[in-house]
Amino acid sequence: MSTNILDSKIPSGPLSEKWDKHRFDMKLVNPANKRKFTVIVVGTGLAGGAAAATLAELGYNVHAFCIQDSPRRAHSIAAQGGINAAKNYQNDGDSIKRLFYDTVKGGDYRSREANVYRLAQVSNNIIDQMVAQGVPFAREYGGYLDNRSFGGAQVSRTFYARGQTGQQLLLGAYSGMMKMVNKGKIKMFNRREMMDLVVVNNQARGIITRNLINGELERHVADAVLLCTGGYGNVFFLSTNAMASNVTAAWRSHKRGAYMANPCFTQIHPTCIPVHGDYQSKLTLMSESLRNDGRVWVPKKQNDTRKPNDIPEDERDYYLERVYPSFGNLAPRDVSSRQAKYRCDEGLGVGATKLAVYLDFRDAIKRDGESTIAGRYGNLFEMYERIVGDNPYKTPMMIYPAVHYTMGGLWVDYNLQSTIPGLHVLGEANFSDHGANRLGASALMQGLADGYFVIPYTLGHYFGSNKIDKVTTDHEAFKEAENRVKMADTKLLNMKGSRSVDDFHKDLGHIMWDHVGMARNEKGLKGAIADIRKLREQFWQDLKVPADNGNYNFELHKANRVADFLELGELMALDALERKESCGGHFREEFQTQDGEAVRNDEQFCHVAAWEFAGEKASPIRHTEELKYENVHLSTRSYK
Amino acid sequence: MSDNANMTIYLKVWRQTSAASEGKFVDYKVDHVSPDMSFLEMFDVLNNELVHKGEDPIAFDHDCREGICGMCSMMINGKAHGGQKGTTTCQLHMRKFKSGDSIVVEPWRAKAFPLVKDLVVDRSAFDKIIQAGGYTTAQTGNAPDANANLIPKTIADEAMDAAACIGCGACVASCPNGSAMLFMGAKISQLALLPQGQPEAPKRALEMVKTHDELLFGNCTNHAECEATCPKEISIEHIARMNREYTKATFTYYEKERSAGA
Repeated sequence: MSTNILDSKIPSGPLSEKWDKHRFDMKLVNPANKRKFTVIVVGTGLAGGAAAATLAELGYNVHAFCIQDSPRRAHSIAAQGGINAAKNYQNDGDSIKRLFYDTVKGGDYRSREANVYRLAQVSNNIIDQMVAQGVPFAREYGGYLDNRSFGGAQVSRTFYARGQTGQQLLLGAYSGMMKMVNKGKIKMFNRREMMDLVVVNNQARGIITRNLINGELERHVADAVLLCTGGYGNVFFLSTNAMASNVTAAWRSHKRGAYMANPCFTQIHPTCIPVHGDYQSKLTLMSESLRNDGRVWVPKKQNDTRKPNDIPEDERDYYLERVYPSFGNLAPRDVSSRQAKYRCDEGLGVGATKLAVYLDFRDAIKRDGESTIAGRYGNLFEMYERIVGDNPYKTPMMIYPAVHYTMGGLWVDYNLQSTIPGLHVLGEANFSDHGANRLGASALMQGLADGYFVIPYTLGHYFGSNKIDKVTTDHEAFKEAENRVKMADTKLLNMKGSRSVDDFHKDLGHIMWDHVGMARNEKGLKGAIADIRKLREQFWQDLKVPADNGNYNFELHKANRVADFLELGELMALDALERKESCGGHFREEFQTQDGEAVRNDEQFCHVAAWEFAGEKASPIRHTEELKYENVHLSTRSYK
Repeated sequence: MSDNANMTIYLKVWRQTSAASEGKFVDYKVDHVSPDMSFLEMFDVLNNELVHKGEDPIAFDHDCREGICGMCSMMINGKAHGGQKGTTTCQLHMRKFKSGDSIVVEPWRAKAFPLVKDLVVDRSAFDKIIQAGGYTTAQTGNAPDANANLIPKTIADEAMDAAACIGCGACVASCPNGSAMLFMGAKISQLALLPQGQPEAPKRALEMVKTHDELLFGNCTNHAECEATCPKEISIEHIARMNREYTKATFTYYEKERSAGA
């Protein structure tokens, strides 16, 4: 194992002055020269949409790509609860420093101080910008913006637009993009999937895409490439991610030289609708905001078959309130998920599968009235009723943890640049800001911070300080990359085996959930690695993909994605195996206190693990970046 | 739960290889349907069977499967998204049907939405309508403090009602005229209600309506089918507000060419 030191390029000076200092030190590109640069933006969620719109406003030529039929549908749209900012409009003790501190602590001290501080600094600009774009955030009667609380914080700093905050923010970013499409500064490519990264002279210079409708491969050249392609939660098959969310763009960039950082850091969200059958295609999140008013509980005795409303108060265990009296139902996501798992392991789970706990609004309705609760969560209650067929106003919701977000991702430095010069990675696709656990309402904040307020500066610096030669799509590197994609397609189509892509994907999901999920141990992880290898071999021998007739062959698209998940899954297990500590979403059963809390090992693991791809047959190489805490004291996270 | 996966559903699905080819209904029988399945999960089960049999699976659009991305789009028994109030196809569950039911599934049919394959249509015309003016011109960086403009709760709530549109196209598919006025009205109305949308309001109304008409969407003749099938229950009041904005703009808006000055 190598211990190469990765250069994070964190600016010198006091924490609160680093970003200002860096903004002054970075090179600029003058307005007349900006129009000479072309930037490829892959993905149009909050990070990609914000970056595309802002770079186009600055004068760059932007080529934007999305996998859906419109950039307005990227999966940022599904975020429900809200977006954090350190506005302190509530006068309740918030500040940039407190948002920074909460986020570092929430991440269980495995994120970079400087990145997180910058995130907290620009959080306020994001709210201003989104309001200016017409995002209808919730307001008080007097017209001022309203806030609510989220897990892991004791202040109310979350801005929201009903239960559709992600949608409203995305439509804001999308409208900014459409404005620039109209001005001719963004060229939009819909229904395209990035199939490979093209590197010329050690610089990212283009991508190969597939037109998903007619199947044609296309070459696109540019002066820099931004990956804003989201997370890889779908490696578990069942997750709250959209069906098309995948790791292919990031994984193939990894194979071209971008390091993959902390891939085992996965967020399992505590409040999702429980799994109900093998045919199930995805899991649905119930916003964390529900924990503002809902109380989580299980019956005190095992196999209690009474209806929840028939179980008297003293026979209920409100376990989050009991174990974490100061944070109660608003304990962070990793902690809450794990406690739900413990209860179910103890045989206290409810519902037909016994893999669920109650989220009960009875007391809140009694206190505030049904109409107030409906005003806050009406659309979420309706969604629950549509899916489950139960009315949450009358009977408690049943919830269980589900894979939701990946804190790991491609390694980037302070400028959001990966280990391949010119390849920048934004939003969930990078690893940078959330450490080992992300706090609620912070994903939207990070995506927009990267897109609106970080990359417009750091990309200019890249252009200003590097020589970028003229390259066309006839370059040998484009040909090679395209051939790689063609060869893989041919192989996938010609196997004519007996099992479908979904069959393999589900098998992978089971391995990942059982052994690389909420709790991990050495034996399970080693077994998972062996099982994934076996499954991957079977995949490349026995897969069945319908013949390609040049017309929307979505089974072929899925096959490529699952091929990459089958490689990523192994790396996730390996990363989890090597990280011999428990932190945040990564819980190793060997490292816990008597009451089941995570035990970190700061001596040996206060670092980022960044994996280098070393070839199809070779083991990946683990590099590390030390995490230095100069402003926050490393302590055992306590929400008690 | 999964052990009650005992419904049998008879599907009549529109199959068409491409816009240029001819389409037809094809019958499928799906066994072991669970009432807890979503409508699209039933299609997953069917498609998996088709793949195993070596047949071409049915193409349909879908992504988030939680009713917010607006990607799914099926005409189910003649009703966009199946007709359950405030529900997209992905959120429609099989418990709303009975074992033995026959269900007819078609794509959105509208002049402005050319067919791509089977149940997939091209809705890029919606992006073009938004490109014509569905935004404020606030550049990144020049926004005032978010609380600088006070917006009464009632106004913010009404703007949010309009902004809830997911751009699925059910309104167009349900309208006898193939009109996108609910989609467009929702955006114009949202931005007309808010103070930050005011400077561009007249131009926005004129340009978006002009683009809408050029894209072969029909006009609104108050059938209100759109409101009835909108999965986000957007009211046709927003079409009324759009009409007011449009009328106002025709009287007040003129664009004079001026020299930029030194």
